Amino acid sequence: MKVTMTVNGKAMSAETEGRTLLSSFLRDGLGLTGTHVGCDTTQCGACVVHVDGKPVKSCTVLAQDVAGAEVRTIEGMANKDGSLSVIQQAFQDHHGLQCGFCTPGMVMSSAALLAENPTPTEAEVRAYLEGNICRCTGYHNIVKAVMAASGQGEQQLAAE
Amino acid sequence: MHNFELVKPSTVQDAVAALAAEGAQALSGGQTLLPSMKQRLAAPDVLVSLTGIAEMRGICLSDRGLAIGGATTHATIATEARAHYPALADQASHIGDPAVRNRGTIGGSLANNDPSACYPSAALASGATIVTNQREIAADDYFQGMFTTALDEGEIITSVIFPIPEKAAYVKFAQPASRFALVGVFVAKYPQGVRVAVTGASEEGVFRWAEAEAALSSNFSATALEGLSVPAEGMIADLHGSKDYRAALVKVLTGRAVTAA
Repeated sequence: MKVTMTVNGKAMSAETEGRTLLSSFLRDGLGLTGTHVGCDTTQCGACVVHVDGKPVKSCTVLAQDVAGAEVRTIEGMANKDGSLSVIQQAFQDHHGLQCGFCTPGMVMSSAALLAENPTPTEAEVRAYLEGNICRCTGYHNIVKAVMAASGQGEQQLAAE
Repeated sequence: MHNFELVKPSTVQDAVAALAAEGAQALSGGQTLLPSMKQRLAAPDVLVSLTGIAEMRGICLSDRGLAIGGATTHATIATEARAHYPALADQASHIGDPAVRNRGTIGGSLANNDPSACYPSAALASGATIVTNQREIAADDYFQGMFTTALDEGEIITSVIFPIPEKAAYVKFAQPASRFALVGVFVAKYPQGVRVAVTGASEEGVFRWAEAEAALSSNFSATALEGLSVPAEGMIADLHGSKDYRAALVKVLTGRAVTAA
């Protein structure tokens, strides 16, 4: 069955089976491989994308079940001129990634957090990123990046 | 995952008709069912998505309590139930993680009745009514052991009605990897008495702790629990906690819930 969604502002279609996951639709159907599949068991959060403005784990959503939805992926996060968005730039500035595998999901979850709560506390950042697992950074620099992207300085952070 | 046909009806009536097909199963948020299908623990021929049924979503206050549509997500309950039933909203706001809460639904959780899921404790402690396309089921009759409920084949939870207590709280000791309850206790105080429901602990699934209910109904304070104990017999034992440990947690968390209520 052909499924169409609005992905990063453009109508995009691909053939699907019943079992086609949203993550497969994006990666294999549309070639948008910025969305990563880490655990494939709803735990790691590398595959987080926004569906109708809300973060979801795209490895645990069926493509046909969200046909017609507005989807935003990491490919839709940069500014129109190609420069990095505030959140992406903050991840770079604060070394919020090492291997980078979890980064697409981290950025999508962080963007959702800041949309809901523009000036979160450190504890709120850590709680919101509970479903995004990073095996490199120990999270400190990710939290710093999100705090910086929210316009809050490092003085807001507890001592490490 | 084995392939299947996905159908997405927009009314309960059409969903019931679709579920009559051979090998059909209901799909709500899919946060448990889809991982189970990936592990080939379930392999339905037809999945009937309930996410397109508008009448099954949302929260409204009625004279019987807070009525929550079966396909309402944890995230919606966490925000919209807060003004009416804060302990229930608080429970919803700590299920899984934010992305899971945007998909997972209360009807899906109650239909699955995972022995470590959070909502069964709220439903049982509140004396909630499970409303299906066929009938109304009291929470006391609904939960029938691990992954077992009073639902018949093809029966759909369309809503759940929670009588609103005077005071309530839920305290969860989360298993840190899965975020499920290692033990979770929901305490709710009604004019008729106190109800205490425990999830995560028993091999029989969610249960009411009758001795604590009696003690708390005459004295709603954590000190009323002194002298009571929960038998370790029948508790779940796994690498995260022994039977004795879970039994001890039941009492400790009940006290904390009473204090927090």
